[in-house]
Amino acid sequence: MLKVDNINVFYGAIHAIKGISIDVSDGEIVTLIGSNGAGKSTTLRTISGLMKPKTGTIKFEDKDITGVSAHKIVGMGLCQVPEGRHVFSNMTVMENLQLGAYLRKDKAGISQDLEEVFKKFPRLLERKLQVAGTLSGGEQQMLAMGRALMSRPRLLLLDEPSMGLAPLLVKEIFNIIKEINESGTTILLVEQNAKMALDIADKAYVLETGRITLAGTAKELQNSEAVQKAYLGG
Amino acid sequence: MDMGSLLHQFIQQMINGISLGSIYALIALGYTMIYGIIKLINFAHGDIYMVGAYLGFIATTYLGFGFLPAIIFAMLGAGLAGIIIERVAYRPMRNAPRIAILITAIGVSFFLEYTMMLIASPQPRTFPAIFEATVYHLGPLVVNSQQILILVSALVLMVALSYIVNKTKAGMAMRAVSFDADAAQLMGINVDKTISLTFALGSALAAAGGVLVGIYYNSIDPLMGMMPGMKAFIAAVLGGIGIIPGAMAGGLILGVVEALVSGFISSTFRDAASFAILILILLYKPTGLLGKNVREKV
Ligand SMILES: Nc1ncnc2c1ncn2[C@@H]1O[C@H](COP(=O)(O)OP(=O)(O)O)[C@@H](O)[C@H]1O
Ligand SMILES: [Mg+2]
Repeated sequence: MLKVDNINVFYGAIHAIKGISIDVSDGEIVTLIGSNGAGKSTTLRTISGLMKPKTGTIKFEDKDITGVSAHKIVGMGLCQVPEGRHVFSNMTVMENLQLGAYLRKDKAGISQDLEEVFKKFPRLLERKLQVAGTLSGGEQQMLAMGRALMSRPRLLLLDEPSMGLAPLLVKEIFNIIKEINESGTTILLVEQNAKMALDIADKAYVLETGRITLAGTAKELQNSEAVQKAYLGG
Repeated sequence: MDMGSLLHQFIQQMINGISLGSIYALIALGYTMIYGIIKLINFAHGDIYMVGAYLGFIATTYLGFGFLPAIIFAMLGAGLAGIIIERVAYRPMRNAPRIAILITAIGVSFFLEYTMMLIASPQPRTFPAIFEATVYHLGPLVVNSQQILILVSALVLMVALSYIVNKTKAGMAMRAVSFDADAAQLMGINVDKTISLTFALGSALAAAGGVLVGIYYNSIDPLMGMMPGMKAFIAAVLGGIGIIPGAMAGGLILGVVEALVSGFISSTFRDAASFAILILILLYKPTGLLGKNVREKV
């Protein structure tokens, strides 16, 4: 479904991503773990079109999307929930969700998906007319995810959805990620919380200073000594 | 002066101030919308107002248009000019340091002023009287038809703008891009197009202001945009730059203050009063009257 082939990404002179390749197949949850500054967000931002790789290619459902603008990629069925949520905090919950469906014209489908989102995140329904800036961190994360679902993506990129959340909420968010995946959406999940991420993922990649140092099934990585030492606190 | 005539003078100046202020508001809206979306103080915005006045002049003098077609013609023309200016001058600078794009805006301002001098000569032009100036006497108060025209036109345009910004998809996109351009892109919003639309709307409003002033003062010239441009900028800052209702409120307040100063003190102090307001607001509430006291996002 997604094929990232040997991309190199720069911030000016800083070589942030050094030849990364990632494969995501239809229906999977794939996770990208690594410590702060490893290049996880940069990788996701490059896939979603917010940044352009200097070299390498990115294919989504066999279409070359390298260098395609971010707003067009959304329309192709690939949507990113950015790190730090980035909800439109001056707008209401409802307006945020409507913006998620910005490119869609199928009114019936939109209201159906809206219902789905409210079913997944009942708290958003309660706060429908509240300004997003007044939501708690967990609620904002739910809103950011709900907003992305409103574009009806086939591939959802999630950048550290658990960041800054209390353990109970983290659990809730991960359950919802699993649910979203089970209802047919493929997921590429970036996390610093390696334990939780490996628990729900099928495949995993370990990123260190712009390079992939380990890759395999989530099981393999959970059992790898290197991963246990560096990321699982054991 | 006794109380009665004082009160009468006050109300009279309020009327004058509100009609002047609604012109400031129309121009200030463009400043604030453009600042909101690309964080640029568009110094050429007052000159777009001047271009709008000339387009209105062409429409009424050479094309024989009436008021409504003329103002629409000017708004469309200026809107197109705004789109072109953004595309040619500002877009290539979008990732440049802010000072570079600010200097570019000053360059665009000079370009418009001196190009207009070249085309239309530096001499003032007389705007044709497309409206018979009827003067209405409401007791001791005097209101003329042009003031009513200005007020009604400005009001209609502001209501229309509020509708577009708050109720339409394009307006939602404008608000989204102003707030967080990256997140807006992730919604599928075309940021370039949205910025073009913002320039078009802001420029069209300024052009409407230009035509209305042409009708009111009968005279237009290539440098007519400088002072109102400054005043509208002050109005936008007064209301809180980037905040649309702020620009409307700031424009009206500024117009009323200027009229009161002219009426009760002396018209020589009118401009000084405006700049004093700018200094005071920058000292005591730099985020403007409607701005929240938050530090700018970094
Ligand atoms: N806007 C930026 N400008 C310059 N360097 C950046 C920028 N954003 C990130 N970087 C650098 O790129 C590297 C990868 O960052 P990032 O992708 O955010 O890592 P992660 O998401 O894994 O924490 C880091 O070294 C970081 O300092
Ligand atoms: Mg990150």
